Amino acid sequence: MIDLHGYGPRLFEGAMITIQLGVLSLILSVILGLLTASAKMSRSWLLHRIGTLYTTIIRGVPDLVLMMLLFFGGQIGINQVTDWLYYQFDIDIFINVNEFVAGVLTIGLIFGAYMGETFRGAFMAVDNGQIEAGRAYGMTNWLVFRRIRFPLMMRHALPGLSNNWMVLLKTTALVSVIGLSDMVRVAAEASKATREPFTFMLIVAGIYLLIASVSEWGFARLQKRYDVGFGESN
Amino acid sequence: MAATPIPLEVRNIKKRFGDTEVLKGLSLKAKKGDVITLIGASGSGKSTFLRCMNLLEQPDEGDLVVHGEDIRFKMTKHGREPADWKQVVDMRAKLSMVFQSFNLWAHMTLLENIIEAPIHVLGKSKQDAIAHARELLERVGLAERADYYPAQMSGGQQQRGAIARALAMDPEVMLFDEPTSALDPELVGDVLKVMRDLAKEGRTMIVVTHEMAFARDVSTEVIYLHQGQVEEAGPPDEVLGNPKSERLKQFLAPKH
Repeated sequence: MIDLHGYGPRLFEGAMITIQLGVLSLILSVILGLLTASAKMSRSWLLHRIGTLYTTIIRGVPDLVLMMLLFFGGQIGINQVTDWLYYQFDIDIFINVNEFVAGVLTIGLIFGAYMGETFRGAFMAVDNGQIEAGRAYGMTNWLVFRRIRFPLMMRHALPGLSNNWMVLLKTTALVSVIGLSDMVRVAAEASKATREPFTFMLIVAGIYLLIASVSEWGFARLQKRYDVGFGESN
Repeated sequence: MAATPIPLEVRNIKKRFGDTEVLKGLSLKAKKGDVITLIGASGSGKSTFLRCMNLLEQPDEGDLVVHGEDIRFKMTKHGREPADWKQVVDMRAKLSMVFQSFNLWAHMTLLENIIEAPIHVLGKSKQDAIAHARELLERVGLAERADYYPAQMSGGQQQRGAIARALAMDPEVMLFDEPTSALDPELVGDVLKVMRDLAKEGRTMIVVTHEMAFARDVSTEVIYLHQGQVEEAGPPDEVLGNPKSERLKQFLAPKH
């Protein structure tokens, strides 16, 4: 049996943090991605510009830089606002940026931009006749989206979505720099203290691989579901 | 008792795409039981005209009256648009359309395609919708295909399925946009037969078509369009049997 020198429970907690961080960031990034795709496809000039600006900035700046910028810069920004409120209106509040929330927000924000591109391409791949048929039968835009556009789009989006998720999962390791005790940070501490880096890093690698394999299986099932009606997979 | 309102009336529809005026003031009145066929060369504007009737295209000018109700428009920076989309959605539920490329929803079985709008738009119960759908499938000869996906059916089957989907809405008027043009010749007959039966039972239909035999046998009125204008219109015997316009004579002349 491998000797974890008592780090087992903390490693497990770290793995839980990694998973929670990953899943919550995924949800946020999917929502942001759908909004970005809609903004970029909208006929409003302003929305289109905002969407483009967002994806350009996010995709052009390294994730680590963005994370530190949002985490440390975000705290300073909030402090300035609360200071101003204090001096101007004598309102005394103190908001401390929680590392976990900051991590979810940052990763969600970063991957929202990538998801936006994935969704935009997928929406454009849906045959317009399918949408017109919905409209011609008296469906509202929301109903057309929910019953026709979204399920047809997902078929095209899933490969990209699954790829983004794999990258996102590994990006969660970056949160250790803002002080969040995810499993990478725990393992790093343990390696230093015990001088057994291989033991801990191999365990961490194994857990990442496990999560990735389970996700791949899940995405394959989803793909099968959204492929219904299209050729072989019936 | 008040007379029932006319199912569909359009007046003076104009439409331009960029610098080209594709519809130059077209009108049409479909009374109950009318079968109006729109014929003309490609580019004559017949499909665009049809698509203006359920506002899949927005006409730049003109009025649209569905079952006695005037559709209201307003000017926006994108051009003329309906003032009340709710009204448009309700109107569309009364006019069901059959498309050239069928447009059955690819991710749903044939049965699911047919019950989709009756359940989600008309608010029918699932049970009633399924019962009605099965009857309709029987009528168009596809009872065995209820659980097939569109990709698993021939074009002719898909189009008959699409007609069943249109019928499931109990529409005031059925709009057909070149329903047989995408079909292999041997599949056209079955689709036309279904359409002939519908005409016989008194459905109000507006049909864009190249099938002259269908237009001659079934229509109450034939409208020949040329470059976005009505070149000749009237009962089929006159328009097709004894055309006055030189263009229409040429259009009808047998091609070889």
